[in-house]
Amino acid sequence: MPLNRSKKKTPMPTQKPEVRRRNFNEVALGYSEEEAVSEAQRCLQCKKPGCVEGCPVQVQIPQFIKRIAERDFEGAIKIIKETNSLPAICGRVCPQEAQCEKNCVLGKVGEPVAIGRLERFAADWERTKGIRPPVIPKKLGKKVAIIGSGPAGLTCAGDLAKLGYDVTIFEALHKPGGVLVYGIPEFRLPKIIVEQEVKFIQQLGVEIKTNMVMGKVLTIDDLFEMGYEAVFISTGAGLPKFMGIPGENYLGVYSANEFLTRINLMKAYSFPNTDTPIKVGKKVAVIGGGNVAMDAARSALRMGADEVHIVYRRSEEEMPARKEEFENAKEESIIFDFLTNPVRIIGNENGWVKGIECIRMELGEPDASGRRRPVPITGSEFIMDVDTVVIAIGTGPNPLLTKTTEGLELTKHGYIAVDEEGRTSREGVWAGGDIVTGSATVILAMGAGKKAARSIHEYLQNKKWR
Amino acid sequence: MFKILEKRELAPSIKLFVIEAPLVAKKARPGQFVILRIKEGGERIPLTIADYDAQNGTVTIVFQEVGKTTRELGTLEAGDYIEDFVGPLGVPVEFPNHKKVLGIGGGLGIAPLYPKLKMLHQQGVEVVSIIGARTAELLILEEEIKAVSDRMYVCTDDGSKGRHGFVTVVLKELLEQGEKFDEIIIIGPPILMKIGSEITKPYGIPTMVSLNPIMVDGTGMCGGCRVTVDGEIKFACVDGPAFDGHKVDFDELIKRLATYKEEEKISLERFNEAHECKLINKIEGADKDAVK
Repeated sequence: MPLNRSKKKTPMPTQKPEVRRRNFNEVALGYSEEEAVSEAQRCLQCKKPGCVEGCPVQVQIPQFIKRIAERDFEGAIKIIKETNSLPAICGRVCPQEAQCEKNCVLGKVGEPVAIGRLERFAADWERTKGIRPPVIPKKLGKKVAIIGSGPAGLTCAGDLAKLGYDVTIFEALHKPGGVLVYGIPEFRLPKIIVEQEVKFIQQLGVEIKTNMVMGKVLTIDDLFEMGYEAVFISTGAGLPKFMGIPGENYLGVYSANEFLTRINLMKAYSFPNTDTPIKVGKKVAVIGGGNVAMDAARSALRMGADEVHIVYRRSEEEMPARKEEFENAKEESIIFDFLTNPVRIIGNENGWVKGIECIRMELGEPDASGRRRPVPITGSEFIMDVDTVVIAIGTGPNPLLTKTTEGLELTKHGYIAVDEEGRTSREGVWAGGDIVTGSATVILAMGAGKKAARSIHEYLQNKKWR
Repeated sequence: MFKILEKRELAPSIKLFVIEAPLVAKKARPGQFVILRIKEGGERIPLTIADYDAQNGTVTIVFQEVGKTTRELGTLEAGDYIEDFVGPLGVPVEFPNHKKVLGIGGGLGIAPLYPKLKMLHQQGVEVVSIIGARTAELLILEEEIKAVSDRMYVCTDDGSKGRHGFVTVVLKELLEQGEKFDEIIIIGPPILMKIGSEITKPYGIPTMVSLNPIMVDGTGMCGGCRVTVDGEIKFACVDGPAFDGHKVDFDELIKRLATYKEEEKISLERFNEAHECKLINKIEGADKDAVK
């Protein structure tokens, strides 16, 4: 029987909204040992745990929680790391409410066990104690190339290195981590944590080559010529979408990718101590309703904006952002304009944004996504005065690599076509993450990396492609 | 880390570096560019590849010290290292069936013009070139351009060398005299490319320009370098940097280039102050050494 019968999760200590809205420090502060043990004691230790089924990388959840309940924190992190090489990241950015925690039986009568918070606790506990370097396995003498060092690439690399492969990751930017470093803000995922998880992968023997724009500096054919026997493509979905409305090139209009890259990767919040600037005005509108929109809006606030709006064409119910991020954003005084769609961006005589013309929407019949389609209300146009606009309506597949790779089959939208094991139409080439699925989550990308690693291992063992 | 093998001062504030970057050199083609970052905390800036040597594994860049990053770059010497050097980026240019081409380079634009004319010359195409600068002192790569041209015109704004006036004056003359070209390449400040393209348009001669908008990643990820070409949004980093000069919205480009004008000023002033302090310390340090 559990020792803690509370129906609610042990609350997570956080920075107060009125304080955190002006700094880039992490919002959630993490459990203390006492809080973690107490929360772990809520777990019923189900014989058939639904939570594990809900986890894309099958972390042995009840087992690690049991260790925490017994104060064996080292044992807990060891169990997690058997299947998940990036626990400090997953504990922070996974949508647990839609995965492991969704299946928790406690969720039927109250709140589920705070699995994500416990995973984060175990990973952070290890980090403060000093991460023990992993045991480096015996080398198999086979080379695998991974393109892109985001969550899919890092996971695939970690799993293959553990099996004894010589893994090289090729990263286009100057820093490894992909979306974890350029996209997700410091206050949600401190960069030091990404650095440490990357270091762990490197300690496994993975080599990371930065500044390598694949498709330009090297092609996939070059990689095979260099002796790589398998290639995993995890380049992400890095092509920003614009709305196609007038005025999108006015000064002060950013794609979310540019806005977040300047702030996160290039550290524009430290300008002029760092060299890359960003201009965030007093009144900002972020277009879109996903996690990226939340990140952009909350970053704008921290950059000093007085008023930040999220403009979303559907209603709160259809919004794809995680509930927790939505709540956090609301607490920080982000204003949500639901059922509102921009039709035109208005500029001043110098080409700077001065407003957006929007139209009110109402929900009609369900569309292809199953959500009710927003329909414009005739005559409801109005002008919102803003001086900065961030467009966060998603990304498409970046064609830089796929264009230079012959025989690589793409879907009609330009994503890489793969089978259930992540195999592409070219022998020896796998793909996974956002370049296959379109913008999704960190953990789904990690799941794809894991699956591909298994399949690559199988292939390199017996060299049978299908 | 990427080593600077050679440094040359082409003109006051215009410098040439030969960088050791074998992988970039191997794939580089005319029209492509690199992005570099001097050190941690630095900006990523795009620079056109002015020359490359696959055999020796080197890439040549030419830059003008206008902002903080380029000024800082200029303080580096042969033997120093640059933290990040990425490329070759952008779409290479091609001139499949050309017989005669006119190349126009203004100021720093002469540097990116050079590899294109060199390729044309090697292909046996007749090359006519017009290069110009504000003054004779600022005119770069004259010998190099001359070596790949069948005929070359030199202009300076102040008349200190060659023709007195803008390169566009010569362009106008050649076209008015009825000289025919399969293509005209114009590279230089946006205003030159704009006016040049306006001059060639009535003659219906294909006109290529090479754009230099603000960039961050250079791989199509951020969209910061978007330009309007023929009414459509293009990303200069992956769709360009070369575009049809008759279709580019230059006014928009010029406006967008000024986005960070104030920040650039702050950054440069801080650098200049710090740099002067460093120089003073160096001199004072040297004095102390002398006393010893």
